[in-house]
Amino acid sequence: MILIYVWAGLIALAMILYIVLDGISLGVGLLFPTARDEKERSILMNSIGPVWDANQTWLVFGGGAIFVAFPVVYGVLSSALYIPLIAFLCGLIFRGVAFEFRAEAARKEPWNMAFFSGSLVAVLSQGFTLGGVLTGIAVRGDQFAGKPLDWLNPFSIMVGIALIPGYVMLGSTYLLIKTEGPVQERAYKHAFWSGLIVLVFMAIVTVWTPYHYPLVWTNWFSPPRIYFVWVFPLLGLIAAYQLARSLRSRQEVKPLVYSVGLFLSGYLGLITSLYPYAIPPTVTLQEAAAQGETLRFTLWGAVIVLPMVVGYIIYSYSVFRGKVSHEEYY
Amino acid sequence: MEINLVFLSRVQFALTTMFHILFPVLTMGLALFLVVVELLWLGTREEIYYRMYRFWVKIFAINFGVGVVTGIVLEFEFGTNFSRFAQAVANVFSPLLAYEVMTAFFLEAGFLGIMLFGWKRIHPGIHFLATCLVALGSFLSSFWILAANSWMQTPVGYRLADGKFWAVDFATVIFNPSMPARVSHMLMASFEASVFAVAGISAYFLLRGKEEAFFRRSLGVALIMAALFAPLQIYLGDYSGRVMFHHQPAKLAAIEAHWETNTRGGAPFAVIAFPDMEKEQNRFEITVPDGLSLLITHTRNGRVPGLKEFPRQDRPNAAILFWTFRLMVAIGTIFLLIMIWAGVLWRKGKLFETRLFLRALVAIQPLGFLATELGWITTEMGRQPWLVYNLFRTAEGVSPIPVENVIWSLSLLFIIYPIIGGSYFFYVLKTLRRGPDLSSPIPPIQRPAGMRALRE
Repeated sequence: MILIYVWAGLIALAMILYIVLDGISLGVGLLFPTARDEKERSILMNSIGPVWDANQTWLVFGGGAIFVAFPVVYGVLSSALYIPLIAFLCGLIFRGVAFEFRAEAARKEPWNMAFFSGSLVAVLSQGFTLGGVLTGIAVRGDQFAGKPLDWLNPFSIMVGIALIPGYVMLGSTYLLIKTEGPVQERAYKHAFWSGLIVLVFMAIVTVWTPYHYPLVWTNWFSPPRIYFVWVFPLLGLIAAYQLARSLRSRQEVKPLVYSVGLFLSGYLGLITSLYPYAIPPTVTLQEAAAQGETLRFTLWGAVIVLPMVVGYIIYSYSVFRGKVSHEEYY
Repeated sequence: MEINLVFLSRVQFALTTMFHILFPVLTMGLALFLVVVELLWLGTREEIYYRMYRFWVKIFAINFGVGVVTGIVLEFEFGTNFSRFAQAVANVFSPLLAYEVMTAFFLEAGFLGIMLFGWKRIHPGIHFLATCLVALGSFLSSFWILAANSWMQTPVGYRLADGKFWAVDFATVIFNPSMPARVSHMLMASFEASVFAVAGISAYFLLRGKEEAFFRRSLGVALIMAALFAPLQIYLGDYSGRVMFHHQPAKLAAIEAHWETNTRGGAPFAVIAFPDMEKEQNRFEITVPDGLSLLITHTRNGRVPGLKEFPRQDRPNAAILFWTFRLMVAIGTIFLLIMIWAGVLWRKGKLFETRLFLRALVAIQPLGFLATELGWITTEMGRQPWLVYNLFRTAEGVSPIPVENVIWSLSLLFIIYPIIGGSYFFYVLKTLRRGPDLSSPIPPIQRPAGMRALRE
């Protein structure tokens, strides 16, 4: 049924939107210890202050969309990845409240800590979640049938660690647009180094994933995938090269664009590797899908409402365009 | 009750929802209050309304953030702790949650930044629009969540096959029998709790003699709104009760500690009762003859099914529900009495000067939030042992995970939530104690020609 693939596409879109937008916010959070004083920390926070909530909402939409379109995925993955998911949510809680609490606090240290560590926990948990999915999930009937720590293995640890430079790259290239002076200068350095490390990790992941998960290997080297699967690493390399060039020539906007391109190449490669499995290695999109009526009813809403949502979010970003200062927006 | 996976999962869900709900309650009520205040600012050009907005929005901002992050936990908690339930009802239930995110959550999140931070950057009309849209987003959120929650209470529009629910008609699902009553009752509860909070805080400052002109105005606006909400909420509560009678008789019987169906004459209303679930009777009670029949059916002899008509395993816990319900109603009544007192004082022109009244306002401040929790306990515990009323039991809905997982997460939340809650109170009180900022320059774009400045 075509509806299933429309929803799969929509969820994929929501997920990459979340990964990039909140990746920026989480990246800024990871960069927090690099700020020299409270003024600089305030600059970092103000760069994402008005938009972090809308960014995070794509996660809520993605989760809701998975619940609607692929309820088996929602239920099974939530049970299988219980520990990293709860850890992720706790990280988000601390990251989220830090914005408001830090603004009101006289002693900002505890909330600086909360902002950084909340972001770090969230990023690592995302890695464990993704690594756990790629490792494969035990399913019986339509319920999770594995053990609580199945997601914990060297591969998922590596994925978690790999996300750190990834988001630092997104966060620092975003800061190139929103900041100036010494903060921006330092952001150029962070963007360069994190971009390099991301490239290294992408190479590791490209080799390790099929080793860890043989189905991917078969996928890649059989038609039709064998004809185009090489496009993604190529795109990644081009993006990385352009990123380095734009950083060296002190561009402000292009680095973020190329960073996103780098992420996109990895993301699309991942999707191509996993398709058609919703839950590797046994549950396909078809098997996990909800009732047709449900998909149709909710799709109506998505098609009408989401373009408006994107519209007013773009508007919101445009209201806050330009460089930020350390002063409170209030 | 055994301490096992089902019990601990329920405790965790209860903890996360009971903590979370306090924040949207204030968000919805304060958002409405801020819409009114900004309208007054734009309409009257009196500086005091601008200052009022800027003061109360600080509380709003702190409150909103905590509400969002604790709310995200809930969206995923259906899957983490009750995945069997989530997967069984997904076809019918999940679209309502998705619509909540698309039409409400995004709306609030999208315009919040502009509302909080956009003062210098946008036209005042756009800012007012942002305030309105954030408020609308929060109300819509309530609508969708309560529609989904109400479907669990009064399920319709579905087909049940092999333990799985299939949607037959979504309009029916959304506009299920208990939805209008519960949505309106919840919205009104949020409004009422919030305006009494604003009133109490304002009264506190007036008693201290601080910033009198400012807090008189805040108190005035809050009380006018409360005068509307207090009686309306009592009506809505009664309406909810009658809906419950028609669709959830076991729940009503438990709430009223009503054991025997009245076959001759009217059912008595218990003012005080100590139900004994084992012995199927009340250990002690003080009743009003025919009272329950009159209240529920509006006739003296109306038949009200007793708890004993239902199998033991289908009976909600009357011992708890009897008291949570009555305490909630008592609070609603207190609010009404306070407003009657306020009316009398206002007529006499002594509203802001009567210290006893101001002290009473300070004292009742948290009661609206307490009533909201009591109401939620009543409705959700009253739905037990069902997740979907009469169709799907809570015990069948938990995730296939070891109890150790839940012990871990519950312990984590028991540490984290008090830290968040405590910090929240600390910073809100700090912001309040700092008092309103009456001197910062008003952004030029907001400053109209012919503004009526604060007389000091």
